[in-house]
Amino acid sequence: MKFANITMFVTLACAIITTITFASPEKGLEIAIEADSRDKGFGDSTAQITMILMDKYGQSTERAIRNRTFEGDNEGDKSLVIFDSPGDVRGTAFLSHTKKSDSDDQWLYLPALKRVKRIASSNKAGPFMGSEFSYEDIASQEVEKYTYNFLRDEELNGLDCFVVEYDPVDPKSGYKRQIVWMDKSEYRVHKIDFYDRKDALLKTLTYEDYKQYLDKFWRSNRLVMINHQTGKKTELLFADWKFRTGMTQRDFEKSALKRTR
Amino acid sequence: MSQKNSSYGEWILKFRFLVLSLITFVTLIAAAGAQFLYFDNDYRVFFGKENPQLKAFEKIQQTYTKIDNVNFAVDPISGKANAPEVLAAVEELTDIAWQLPFSIRVDSLSNYQHTEVEGDHLIVRNLYTGAMSMSANEQALVDNISTTEPALAGKIHDKQHRATSVNATIQMPGKSADEVAIVAAAARKMATKIEAKHDVKIRLGGVIFLNNAFLESSMLDMATLVPAMYLVILIVAYLLLRSVMATFLVLFVVVPSIIVAMGAGGWIGIGLTPPSASAPTIITTLAVADSIHLLVSMFNRMRAGHSQRDSLLYSIRVNGKPIFLTSLTTALGFLSMNFSDSPPFHDLGNITAIGVMAAWIYSIVLLPILISFLPLKSKATLAKLDDKMGKLGVYIASRYKSVLTFSVIISVSVLSLIPLNEINDDFVKYFDKSVQYRQDTDWISRNLTGVNQVQFSLPSGESNGVSDPAFIEKVSNFTAWAQNERVVTHVQSISDTFKRLNRDLNAGDPSFYKVPDTRELAAQYLLLYELSLPFGLDLNNQLDISKSSTQVIVTINDMTTNELRAWIARAESYLADKLDFNLTAVGPTVMFAYISERNIQSMLLGTLVAVFLISGVILIALRDVRLGIISLIPNLLPAALAFGLWGLLVGQVNMAVAVVAGMALGVVVDDSVHFLSKYQIARRELKLSAHDAVISAFNGVGTALVVTTLILTAGFGILAQSTFGVNSNMAMLTGIALVIALIADMTLLPALLIVLDKDKKENAPLIGAKEALQNA
Repeated sequence: MKFANITMFVTLACAIITTITFASPEKGLEIAIEADSRDKGFGDSTAQITMILMDKYGQSTERAIRNRTFEGDNEGDKSLVIFDSPGDVRGTAFLSHTKKSDSDDQWLYLPALKRVKRIASSNKAGPFMGSEFSYEDIASQEVEKYTYNFLRDEELNGLDCFVVEYDPVDPKSGYKRQIVWMDKSEYRVHKIDFYDRKDALLKTLTYEDYKQYLDKFWRSNRLVMINHQTGKKTELLFADWKFRTGMTQRDFEKSALKRTR
Repeated sequence: MSQKNSSYGEWILKFRFLVLSLITFVTLIAAAGAQFLYFDNDYRVFFGKENPQLKAFEKIQQTYTKIDNVNFAVDPISGKANAPEVLAAVEELTDIAWQLPFSIRVDSLSNYQHTEVEGDHLIVRNLYTGAMSMSANEQALVDNISTTEPALAGKIHDKQHRATSVNATIQMPGKSADEVAIVAAAARKMATKIEAKHDVKIRLGGVIFLNNAFLESSMLDMATLVPAMYLVILIVAYLLLRSVMATFLVLFVVVPSIIVAMGAGGWIGIGLTPPSASAPTIITTLAVADSIHLLVSMFNRMRAGHSQRDSLLYSIRVNGKPIFLTSLTTALGFLSMNFSDSPPFHDLGNITAIGVMAAWIYSIVLLPILISFLPLKSKATLAKLDDKMGKLGVYIASRYKSVLTFSVIISVSVLSLIPLNEINDDFVKYFDKSVQYRQDTDWISRNLTGVNQVQFSLPSGESNGVSDPAFIEKVSNFTAWAQNERVVTHVQSISDTFKRLNRDLNAGDPSFYKVPDTRELAAQYLLLYELSLPFGLDLNNQLDISKSSTQVIVTINDMTTNELRAWIARAESYLADKLDFNLTAVGPTVMFAYISERNIQSMLLGTLVAVFLISGVILIALRDVRLGIISLIPNLLPAALAFGLWGLLVGQVNMAVAVVAGMALGVVVDDSVHFLSKYQIARRELKLSAHDAVISAFNGVGTALVVTTLILTAGFGILAQSTFGVNSNMAMLTGIALVIALIADMTLLPALLIVLDKDKKENAPLIGAKEALQNA
């Protein structure tokens, strides 16, 4: 009994010391910067996305969208999402200009109205197309949007990973914190636990089926988001990745939205 | 028979140490089960797994976000609910309500997502922030939106600014039994914090507090009724026994009976609900009667000059059979509750049945052994009462014809009052006005919004069909129909959202407050809107994931179950006839609206089985078919007459009505068993005529019947004080039935016996004459 107590104390003490030693904001930031820099230079990319929404009881529904991304230099990335199905929103296009520190700029082109509407982007934590993803989950991840804290090293699915806490800077974020598992060799994110504002585990996102493009850029082809509180789930299946397709800055201007096909 | 009983008494005294250790051991084992007891505090426990309304409700809950909620109603105390100080309180409360455990959504005036358009810019934002420093324009916007916006007015905010609210939606993991208590405690803490800081009072309502009220009501009943019950037993027992020691001994029957019954409940895995939590009170009542019978007989014998030991053996001999019989019939009556559609009644019935049988064992095993260790003395007698009973017997026997006529007239007229009862299962009114939940909810229904929510899931028939203008138009028609209903305080409908978006995206032009022209337009508006909503304030509470159906939630004022059912039927037929939707309304209110009907249907069979079994027991015990059949009348009549009287005096009854008949039968049958046993002995052993045997029975058991009824009525009278209306209805009806049973057993039963139980000679003079001739 006594021995067990001592063992437990020593284990606990070690755990605490380890945490104190290694829970490091500097190292967290270094990892985030490294991950960001490893993805620099892809230029632009396009992909087809199938979004599968599932409720707790197995009912499901699908949506089809296309994604176009244009890499930013000093500013954040620009991205365009075009809706293909359901049919009644076909041709609707969602444009966002990620800002490093400020709120992102967002516009939506409504073909039925033949007008472009700017969206109040301070609300970015709501569900994207009724899915378990919010805009902030799928928006371009700029280093400046979080503060970081390296927590520990941990093995995940046989890969040596960093475990880093991401704390959103924006008070309008739906999250108090995110715990990110990133492999040490390629700096790819494999899993994120999202904690809501009351610090309860809300969602887990896993990145599966990574493929490397242009011998450099890793893209996951299957993202699975599980909501632990409602039991709902959303899968994003990516296909037909293309890089450096020759798109220009002008294709990502607000004025280009109406012409987008 | 008597030889066997006598040997039993001696046997048990001979091996008293062995028996004592054995019974202590068994008691401890059973008691250990109490550690597994827990409070089950979900109102859904009142509905069996097969309940069709529960199934329909669960299906809706799978499709849309649950409507389990905490409603923080803000009472402005002085001034109006749109005053800056009150709005500031709402703002702060909205903010901290997100911290409520298991909360997934918070809705209030401050975080209402107001839409406006500036040029090509769709602004979706909180209705207000920084309440204390709002401009006149901002205040005017709040005043206007809070009283005109369909999503808010009459639901979140009162149109006359008497109240406003913050509503937190809770998704409970359902992993542990104390989740409700955790949320309720956290919500109360938040309310206290806000009250300390702002000049407002917070009233707490919603499903979480309904569930919490079940929990607190059970605990309150256990904490107040059980001690009150003990006080009454001690007083009654002392008055009847006039011996401190003997009074103390009664506790040795009562306390272990309860412990064993609750312990067994724990072993079975029962969760305590207000009905099952009333089991200890009922067991106490029934257990005390057993021991009083035994002790009263013993003391009577002692006063006649016999030794304590002989008197004890005598008492065991004469009481053994009736105590067993009455315990068995009572247990059968309670077991009939297993037929109920509401599981909490199964638990009450099973726990009480176990407790009653345990009380029988403790009275017949433990009590005699304990008595054998103690010298007991009793001063008083009930001779006066005995004397009066004898006189009453003579009186009734001599006027049996008028007694019979009078009984028939009274019975028929009281029975005719039964239809005056209206069944009402307003679950808020289950709790009496001393319960905080009832006070707060009453305040909310007076000042803010109704507490009854009825949900309608309208299917479009195809994926993404909710954007079809024809479908939206139908939803809009139903919404308008419901809003025009006098009883409706609020309708939450997606058609209002579509109209608002159409108006706002057309530069706020009021003429565009209508359903969008094309499906594409509607779908794209919705997409735009969804992209603009903040965390938690999504449309999942109104749309299913494939956007094929939408949920319209209608909030209704206080009304009785009958009115509610009539309204639901009208709504359903409007949907079917005018809009071609064949669907049923669902929701907790709907479930409770049908609970009594379901319970009455299921308990009809249960009660019949109880009647059959209990009569069977009496038949076997009396070994006389004629007496058995005669006994049916005074046994069945009391519950029916109790309903009649109730109809005249109260008129409203809840789901307790279903279980009362079977339960009351099991309890009231005791009187007739005692009376008929004595009557039968007089007829068979003393060869008395029916007339004389009736008088003999009065002399023998009249006092005991009055005493037992007194104890039982006191017990149920205490349970009638329960803060939980189902328990108090059940107890009052049973109490009334008990008094009626006593009267019936002393008037109707003797009269019936004299009329119907004539000797064969009297009955068939011809046969008698033949026999006489043959003998001659």
